[in-house]
Amino acid sequence: MRGKIAERLIRACLFLVVIAFLGWAFATGAFQFMLDNLDDLLHLLQQHLKLVGLSSLLAVVAAVPIGILVTRPRFKKFDWLAVNAANIGQTVPSLAILALVMTYLGIGYVTAVFALWLYSLLPILRNTIAGIESINPSIIDAGQGMGMTPSQILWKLEIPNALFAILAGIRTSIVINVGTAALAFLIGGGGLGDLIFTGISLNDTGIMLSGALPVTLLAILLDVVLGKMEKWIIPKGLQRHLET
Amino acid sequence: MIRFQQVTKIYESANKTVKAVNNITFQVEEGQICVFLGPSGCGKTTLLRMVNRLIPITSGTIEVNGKEIHSLDPIALRRSIGYVIQQTGLFPNMTIEENICVVPNLLGWDRVKMKKRYNELMEMMGLNPDEYRKRYPWELSGGQQQRIGVARALAADPPVMLMDEPFGALDPIIRERIQNEFLRIQKDVKKTILFVSHDLDEAIKLGDTIALFRSGELMQHGTPDEILSQPKNEFVAEFVGSERALKRLSLFTMRDLVSRLNPADRKSAGKRDLRHTVHMDTNLRTALSVLLSSPTGEAAVVDDNGQISGVVSIADFERLTGIHPSERTSAVQ
Ligand SMILES: Nc1ncnc2c1ncn2[C@@H]1O[C@H](COP(=O)(O)OP(=O)(O)OP(=O)(O)O)[C@@H](O)[C@H]1O
Ligand SMILES: [Mg+2]
Repeated sequence: MRGKIAERLIRACLFLVVIAFLGWAFATGAFQFMLDNLDDLLHLLQQHLKLVGLSSLLAVVAAVPIGILVTRPRFKKFDWLAVNAANIGQTVPSLAILALVMTYLGIGYVTAVFALWLYSLLPILRNTIAGIESINPSIIDAGQGMGMTPSQILWKLEIPNALFAILAGIRTSIVINVGTAALAFLIGGGGLGDLIFTGISLNDTGIMLSGALPVTLLAILLDVVLGKMEKWIIPKGLQRHLET
Repeated sequence: MIRFQQVTKIYESANKTVKAVNNITFQVEEGQICVFLGPSGCGKTTLLRMVNRLIPITSGTIEVNGKEIHSLDPIALRRSIGYVIQQTGLFPNMTIEENICVVPNLLGWDRVKMKKRYNELMEMMGLNPDEYRKRYPWELSGGQQQRIGVARALAADPPVMLMDEPFGALDPIIRERIQNEFLRIQKDVKKTILFVSHDLDEAIKLGDTIALFRSGELMQHGTPDEILSQPKNEFVAEFVGSERALKRLSLFTMRDLVSRLNPADRKSAGKRDLRHTVHMDTNLRTALSVLLSSPTGEAAVVDDNGQISGVVSIADFERLTGIHPSERTSAVQ
């Protein structure tokens, strides 16, 4: 109950911030700029979406299987390694990763996608491992005792019961990625960061906000949409955890 | 039938080895419940889980219905043995119906057969099949969840069941009720059951035999009456405790006592105080408690038709010292 109230409060605050942000953008002429340069804006937005989409997709495809793999009995020894790598990786600033990758791969679109992919891996990997390891061991024991094969245990028990954590990791990762992708411009990857950094260097708040505003809205929109999708995908028996 | 022969389990870890089960030999007959009893850490769970090969055996053999378990595929073996654990292990992502049909599903039964079996099992457990079909485990009480756990283990009608403290987490009243239901069901299904417990009363109530363990060794295997009336050693005597004479009374009913009385000794109802009555099928432990609360030390015995068939007093309990439950069936007939 208290959790619900807190959630509403936070939502209301967030809503006010967004409204204020919109008002600010309007006052500084960002909307005017956006309308005047609609083609450019849409082009950059498309670039941004491509960066986020591709790197996030590749991150999911890589991190979920790796997370599952290191929780298998055979690789149990390495799972601390993966968890620690994921945790430490997360503390490195995104800008540092971008710089680091750039020194090896040079500048350009591929570098940007690779850096974003690397940074997106971590939350997904960490949540996949935590989700599988937090499953009540008696569930797995019962499955084994009734004669399920290891792959049946994985598909029918472990993945469904860890799905909440895995999807939450994916959602967090994607939302962070939308913000981080704004930095891609710095290494020649394009995207809405173009407007933001141009605005900053020209000291023009209007231009800066015409890039920052779509990034913010995109992050919020994706968060909401992915949240709805979670409710849709997660087995009904586990939905109780979503409400409390 | 389940036969253990020189079964030993040694756990090896980096700095020490634990002999959890030490050279155990005994057998459990078909259709009987054998309760594994003993203090915490004596190896009950370990021995149980070796039967369906969840724990690899160190040495010795275990036969289930004449087949050595290591000659069988472990997956197929497990599907042919019911398995119930204390924490229920119900799958939270599946509905009650899906939970119960896990093993039939693994065995590839068709839909119609599974549905029929689900209905059958729910009726057997005293739960309405349609009411629970689409519900999830967390929506059920602890007692209901444990019933579903038992139903799930019975689903594919395995000849053998392994149960590790299945009723251990329930409160005493619910536990008592589930134990009674379980005995009623067992009367019909006649499974060979290994049942882990650390509660002597539960073991006496449910066990056809009791296997009592101490630190991995089998102290005594026998009927509850044997364990209570002829403890083999100090440990068993101490484990069953000073209340053993009283506990033993719960193995008998009033019917056993009445049939033992000499017709000459049978007291007629006459003009006695008959406010205190006991039914023929009451167990003697409860009956004794009734007698003790009766001011005259006597109580009337009532048969199924509510007719008073006699009167017993505390002194009549002396008759029981020489009788064992194996003799009582012949005595009644
Ligand atoms: N995986 C393991 N590794 C090492 N030792 C173990 C392992 N599992 C159990 N043991 C040890 O083996 C002994 C028997 O354990 P077991 O779980 O069979 O006891 P139990 O009789 O079921 O006890 P309880 O009534 O507490 O459930 C204990 O001393 C325990 O510490
Ligand atoms: Mg145990």
